[in-house]
Amino acid sequence: MNDKIFKIVLFTAALVIPFICGGIIYSLTIDASDAISHFGFFEFLSSSEWDYTPGKEQYGALPFITGTLLTTLLALLFCIPFSLPVSLFVGEYFKGTRMAEILSTVTDLLAGIPSIIYGLWGFYMLRPIIMALNISPQGSGILTAALVLAIMIVPYAASLSAEFIKMVPSDLKEGAYSLGATRAEVIRHIVFPVAGSGVFSSYILAIGRALGETMTVTMLIGNTNQMPDSLTATGNTMASIIANQFGEADGLKLSALIAIGLLLFCITAIINMIGKVLIKRARIV
Amino acid sequence: MKKLFTTLLGVAALATVSSCSCNNQKTSADGSAREAMELSGAGATFPLPFYNMVFESFSEVNGDKVAYGGIGSGGGVRNLKDGIVDFAGSDAYLTDEEMAEMQPVVHIPTCMGAVVLAYNLPGIENINLAGDVVADIFAGKIRKWNDARIVALNPDVKLPDTEIVPVFRSDGSGTTFVFTDYLSKVSPEWKNTYGAGKSVSFPVGQAAKGNPGVAGIISQTANAIGYIGSEYAFAQRIPYATMKNANGELVKPTAESISAAASGEIPADTRTSITNSNGKGAYPISCFTWILIYREQNYSKRTIEQAQATIDMLNYILDSKTQAMAETVHYAPLPAKAVELSRQNLKSVTFDGKPLTK
Repeated sequence: MNDKIFKIVLFTAALVIPFICGGIIYSLTIDASDAISHFGFFEFLSSSEWDYTPGKEQYGALPFITGTLLTTLLALLFCIPFSLPVSLFVGEYFKGTRMAEILSTVTDLLAGIPSIIYGLWGFYMLRPIIMALNISPQGSGILTAALVLAIMIVPYAASLSAEFIKMVPSDLKEGAYSLGATRAEVIRHIVFPVAGSGVFSSYILAIGRALGETMTVTMLIGNTNQMPDSLTATGNTMASIIANQFGEADGLKLSALIAIGLLLFCITAIINMIGKVLIKRARIV
Repeated sequence: MKKLFTTLLGVAALATVSSCSCNNQKTSADGSAREAMELSGAGATFPLPFYNMVFESFSEVNGDKVAYGGIGSGGGVRNLKDGIVDFAGSDAYLTDEEMAEMQPVVHIPTCMGAVVLAYNLPGIENINLAGDVVADIFAGKIRKWNDARIVALNPDVKLPDTEIVPVFRSDGSGTTFVFTDYLSKVSPEWKNTYGAGKSVSFPVGQAAKGNPGVAGIISQTANAIGYIGSEYAFAQRIPYATMKNANGELVKPTAESISAAASGEIPADTRTSITNSNGKGAYPISCFTWILIYREQNYSKRTIEQAQATIDMLNYILDSKTQAMAETVHYAPLPAKAVELSRQNLKSVTFDGKPLTK
């Protein structure tokens, strides 16, 4: 009897989460349908006009999709030179040492910092540096946002990659050493091929994190609705346009914002799914 | 989803509760005792410093607590539309179309203020600007600080050869409305290309959320210029431009110059724009800021006490003593005519069809 009750409780508890998730998708789709049917799905994706003027309202998601992709890809690019050495340091070179422990703790600490603090740091420290270096006159922009995003996703990429690098069987590595391989050669020819897909998947998950980051980006990207014409230009990401404008949005504009939200939801879900699948494959090795 | 957003906004609005002396019983103007109420409002950030002060003293005098969330005029009107606040703050009066979409709304002006052009040019204490020049700066036609047209207005100032960084609002904002309303009056080109509104598609520069956000960017960015409520420039000690008004006079925003802008006619419902006023010595980007309430106060299960407290609060704001407080935070008191009209308009506010003011 007891067992039965327990089972029922467990079952309902487990059902709640998929139910909520489904509910979110459902309500997003319903509210987004106005904008999507008004502009047409592909027109909505490919239009770069974001015009509030009553009467000729036009909402296109392209500048924000571009902004999101640019910041995310740049962040990924900037993050690799920091996260890859850290994961090799922790997972291979100084595996199990006190140094590695300290380094991985510090890296993990980065993951715990609330995004508003990254935003503040970016606003008061990084932005003036960008201006002083004459990279852009206004300091804010896609590049600035991407630099801070890169730091934010380092711990996600580094600690998971380190786990996969640690998992590389030592008999493989020892075999290579016995054949006279140097450490660099072992990393290149043994560690990377074996842990590769795992490391790759950890970067995919890091991308998932960068895609949806809102607060930091809103503080640093400059919040303009035009297509960015250079990497230092101001822009908006899908998350930041929603944060900026949902407050007073109404009717078609609200629907357009929700459609952007739905799009972001789908993109992040797909990215995370790819990451999960790759991790599963990596485990089999 | 809509519900969820508005609930979130409501929570945000409630988050800024001003301190109070919480006596539970109070006596209203007509002598009848009622419970102390908690009012909630949301909207414009522009008059926020004034409201913080007024609502605090109102709660000391009357016992009613007022929570006001500075979420922008656009958001405030939205909240009122959804019926989740007692009042909305807005620097832009509702247009006829907006009025038609809602139950009848009463506009009560609470004070006057100025939108200033704050700038960040290290070492330069004062610059003069004119409306058409400002319009071209924000339209991206004037790109350098030492542009001939800016130099012509400032013969004694050594302006740097640097790129101008315009800063504007990323959210819907009454301040944006006042500013673009002014630009539309002084520049036909601006009017035809961008127009006036709470959200305008500015072609150049960068944007930030709320008056504090724009002020923050300006104070941190050399060569920036942006429009903010005057109090934000005063409080953060950001220099702001002297503006050339419709009569060609160079005017700084002061209580007198703002009041001078309202010397003209005021319509019965007080919905009027006083930008680019031709009053003598008038600061050209002056504005009223309003509190909007429904004419029929029985909505969203509100009680008659709550409605009464709302009226009491508005009467308190219109009181000459409260109006005098406006100057201490660099706003200007309402002209007598506006106060008179507002008292009249408040009398039309009802609960279940019965007037709340005897």
